[in-house]
Amino acid sequence: MPNKNMKILTVDDFATMRRIIRNMLRQLGYNNILEADDGVSALALLQREKIDFVISDWNMPNMNGLELLQTMRADEHLKTIPVLMVTAETLKENILEAVKAGVNNYVVKPFTAETLRDKINAIFSA
Amino acid sequence: MNVEFINPFLQATVNVLQTMAFTQPQVGQPFLKSKTTLSQGDITGVVGLTGDIHGSLAVSFSEAAILQVVSNMFGEVCKEINAEVRDAVGEISNMICGDARRLLAEQGYQFQGAIPTVIEGKHHKICHACPGPILLIPFTVSETGTFFVEVCFEGCDRRAV
Repeated sequence: MPNKNMKILTVDDFATMRRIIRNMLRQLGYNNILEADDGVSALALLQREKIDFVISDWNMPNMNGLELLQTMRADEHLKTIPVLMVTAETLKENILEAVKAGVNNYVVKPFTAETLRDKINAIFSA
Repeated sequence: MNVEFINPFLQATVNVLQTMAFTQPQVGQPFLKSKTTLSQGDITGVVGLTGDIHGSLAVSFSEAAILQVVSNMFGEVCKEINAEVRDAVGEISNMICGDARRLLAEQGYQFQGAIPTVIEGKHHKICHACPGPILLIPFTVSETGTFFVEVCFEGCDRRAV
């Protein structure tokens, strides 16, 4: 089972979605949460902090979720951090692209706290 | 306007508000908007759609409706339209658009959604991406809280609605 004290980074350009995910994570017992509003600021945090898990939106300005994932997988220090992609995309080719880039799982908006819990459990029990 | 294009937006709206804001909106009878560009609500999120057909979606909330929806969504009482509420309107519009695109894709129509824009103020102007007829789907979330989903697609014949 995932460690409830793990440090989680949520990345989304909408403060609303970051707040919803933070509320859901707290409801699930995860309280060690950092936030970033795009891939660029997420990378800066990843290089500064010891992050255990990333929940990233797909569509963001500056550096989107896929580019963030690709950058992480190419970085020796970040490549093993599990990534859950949050997306409105259900296009097969987009999902395949994320899988190819090394995403650990994805969740399609809108979703409930129970769905988020199941996705996190699936990632950390794999 | 093809009914296949309308139901996904209706379903997506109910799905997003139920799932993310624990709110059960009541759906009214859809109707065609008159030629006015003025909004029905006090704050509106607009998302452009490109793909098999060009169009746009607008979600226009009365102040009472959006304050109730955002309060439910955040688990805290919101008393006024502020930056957080504006951001929420953008994200709600984004999620409705995304969920509708998923449902449309199941019917064989592929669309991409643009980044939402948010407009506010009494009777503000809503500019859709094309000059076609605008279908309005009214919803209520409380006695005073109403909101409208506007859907507009290019090349849709007004008589076909």
